[in-house]
Amino acid sequence: MIRFDAVSKNYPNGTTAVDELSLELAEGGITVLVGPSGCGKTTTLRMVNRMVEPTAGTVSLRGQDIREIAAPELRRGIGYVIQHAGLFPHRTVLDNIATVPLLLGWGKKKARSRAAELLELVGLPSSMAKRYPYQLSGGQQQRVGVARALGADPPVLLMDEPFSAVDPIVRGELQAEFIRLQKELHKTIVFVTHDIDEAIKLGDHIAVLRTGGKLAQFDTPERLLAHPADDFVADFVGQDRGIRRLSFVKAADLPLRDGLVLPADSPVARARAADEPWVLVVDGDRRPLGWAAVADLPSGGTLADAALTPLGHTFSLAGDSARAALDAALLSPSRLAVGVDPQGAVVGVADAYELSAAMTGDGTAVDAAAEEGTAEEPTPGDAAVEEGTAEEATAGDAVTAKDAVSKVTVVKGETDGGSGDDVDGTGAGGDGR
Amino acid sequence: MNDFLNQIELVGDWLTSSQQWSGDDGIPHRLSEHLTYSGISLVFATLIGLTFGLLVGHTGRGAFAVASVANLARAIPTFGLVVLVVTVAGLSTTPVLVALVALAVPPILINTFEGVRGVDPDTRDAARGMGMTGWEVLLKVEVPMALPLILLGLRVAAIQVVATATVAAYPGLGGLGRFIVDGLARNNYELVIGGSAVVVMLALVVQAVFTALRRLVVSPGLQPSATKS
Repeated sequence: MIRFDAVSKNYPNGTTAVDELSLELAEGGITVLVGPSGCGKTTTLRMVNRMVEPTAGTVSLRGQDIREIAAPELRRGIGYVIQHAGLFPHRTVLDNIATVPLLLGWGKKKARSRAAELLELVGLPSSMAKRYPYQLSGGQQQRVGVARALGADPPVLLMDEPFSAVDPIVRGELQAEFIRLQKELHKTIVFVTHDIDEAIKLGDHIAVLRTGGKLAQFDTPERLLAHPADDFVADFVGQDRGIRRLSFVKAADLPLRDGLVLPADSPVARARAADEPWVLVVDGDRRPLGWAAVADLPSGGTLADAALTPLGHTFSLAGDSARAALDAALLSPSRLAVGVDPQGAVVGVADAYELSAAMTGDGTAVDAAAEEGTAEEPTPGDAAVEEGTAEEATAGDAVTAKDAVSKVTVVKGETDGGSGDDVDGTGAGGDGR
Repeated sequence: MNDFLNQIELVGDWLTSSQQWSGDDGIPHRLSEHLTYSGISLVFATLIGLTFGLLVGHTGRGAFAVASVANLARAIPTFGLVVLVVTVAGLSTTPVLVALVALAVPPILINTFEGVRGVDPDTRDAARGMGMTGWEVLLKVEVPMALPLILLGLRVAAIQVVATATVAAYPGLGGLGRFIVDGLARNNYELVIGGSAVVVMLALVVQAVFTALRRLVVSPGLQPSATKS
């Protein structure tokens, strides 16, 4: 779809923004360019719509060298979203969104009705159509910015740190909304961020760039966390990448036990027989009522008479990841996480140690698949591009990694309310935290 | 205080007496001469100031030249320029127009340039990124956004020109300055003050016209006073 062939950007003052970059971005997926300041990620993005012209190499779009297309024409076919939205302050929200259709000569009426559709698509009420940008909050402006980029329904969308200028809560909303939109639209998206969490949350593929514009690793988020190519990537991905990896393990695959789950009408003696410090008391529909400490139980009667300690929170086997499960375990009074089905009935419990087994050799999920990936691709650790020659290997790497990962059941779309029904390895993102 | 009231009465009498409202030396004729000088010089000044202001603001090239030219032009005494051009070119309307254009260009040029250059780089970047050509960026984004400042420049220029066009009377031309120059020569202060009063009123009318124009052509999205709905 979008292909960089040994692309470099050098400035007359001797700085190299991008150094011999070769990348191939898949159609219909989100590719995140991430890295510290000065790594050339924005320059790379801007070379796609010729806002920056490379000094060497070629960028091609669907097989065509983009230099063969006049810049304004090329740009009208590519959506463009920037950090501070860059809305036109003298135009109403509706006319902002209609910008590209109007440039393409659609006619006012058609352009505006398209704009009204887009306003709704990005979750803004139609009452905002006649407002001016200064009357909107930062988050609303950014939504308008996205709607404007979608104006003429371009197949490609370039997004340069679109969510970094808003507060964390609004950013979370925008990200969730973005994942939802992408599921609907299947655009080919290039997304720049300096925030690795955002990259992992949104990206189908992530290109980590290092200062000086060199590609450090190009991989899926799962593989980036599991097998960082070198110390730079490992460092950039952060210390808690182990925990983050749990986001990609589906809660349904976790080992759970149910021996200490007892109905409230069970005799106290049965709880003692379980030989555990805590038992989980459930109602007739197996809905959790609370934890009972076995040591504090009365000498006789049923568990209905026992004093119960509140649950903390449960995790859903249908939509949550192992990360939510581990969190539930750590916050639970019994140090046991309670897994429930979509009806809220208890399936079983597990402690942090048992949960972590999912991540180790005898576990089921990520590592098994990662091993497979390793077997197919002998040098996963060499994905870093040190020299120009390694770049083809990187592209190959990504494909292999994708195959490997598609065999793992990966939790996606957790951000939009835990509906984990759209699971696949190339989905629109994941929990990521 | 009494003097002041007397003078106002004098001016009132002068303004309302019928002989001021007809003939070659009447207010309507002088006013139309005055407006002709002002109008012609403003048209030229606007052509020059807008063209260079937009060009330099849009391309970013020549900013230093603009600032220098504008400052230099500001330092030129209008009166001196009139005398100089009359000496060189002889008595005609041209020296007056040249002087007035020289006076009017700097505020138009500087405000246009600042208005265009002051457009948020993000907005300009977005405009280009959407696929606007250079001309489209200029006409659809930069000019509308610079409009408040462009109008300010035009207003300042217009008021200065209207007030200064009185110098036309000095080398013997017409306009409202006639009343002032002749009044001074004849020690007729009634005439001086009356003429000045007409000039002042004209300046106020110009101000009002620009205020109305601004409401009409500047987008509500750029009005800082617009209330949040």
